[in-house]
Amino acid sequence: MASEERNAWQFGILAIVAYTVYVAVILGRAAGAPLVEVEFAWPMIWTILGSIAASIVIAILLGTLFPRTVQKPDVRDKQIGRFGDHVGQGFVIAGALAAMLMAIADWDRFWIANVIYLGFVLSAVLSSVAKIVAYRKGFQPW
Amino acid sequence: MVKPTMVTNDIRTLRFTHGEMTQAELADRVGMTRQTIIAIEQGRYSPSLEVAFQIARVFGVPLDEVFQYPDADAAPQGKAGK
Repeated sequence: MASEERNAWQFGILAIVAYTVYVAVILGRAAGAPLVEVEFAWPMIWTILGSIAASIVIAILLGTLFPRTVQKPDVRDKQIGRFGDHVGQGFVIAGALAAMLMAIADWDRFWIANVIYLGFVLSAVLSSVAKIVAYRKGFQPW
Repeated sequence: MVKPTMVTNDIRTLRFTHGEMTQAELADRVGMTRQTIIAIEQGRYSPSLEVAFQIARVFGVPLDEVFQYPDADAAPQGKAGK
């Protein structure tokens, strides 16, 4: 497996795990109460920072334990990387647009922050899936 | 989802006729990863014209001895490598 493909798996899985932890913490704190009353800021910040930190630690560990599997990306890796980012970008825009409309409509900040976070997560997951499919099924840069 | 390429290639044959060159060795010579050479051989990736020329130069043959494109009226082939 190309090291960039492994990175795509890692990125997607970490995004799913971090968001699952976040949702579990929020639902646990709510315990049946309205979600807008839950203190969500720190769980959100910690799961985002945690996934970034985990990503760095895993990259360092893999590089240390299996140095031969770490390759410098070539032109195909870069093309697939750009393709995946382009595919995922739509969800970032959708999340930002939804947040803007929710702010205009005076929604609670809980929903605004969460729709942006969900946009990031969906973007990360879809981007990773697109890259993995490109590596596995083939990629033509035209 | 992914459009198959019509381009076929003889890289695998050329590697074997050039001292059983490994995919890793060819990858090093053209500055690509081994996975990319595998993808090119299997028709899962079409390299740029520049990389195509570099591959042909490694084998010391013209470009069309490495890569081929079928005539317009020929039926599309299922796989890229021969």
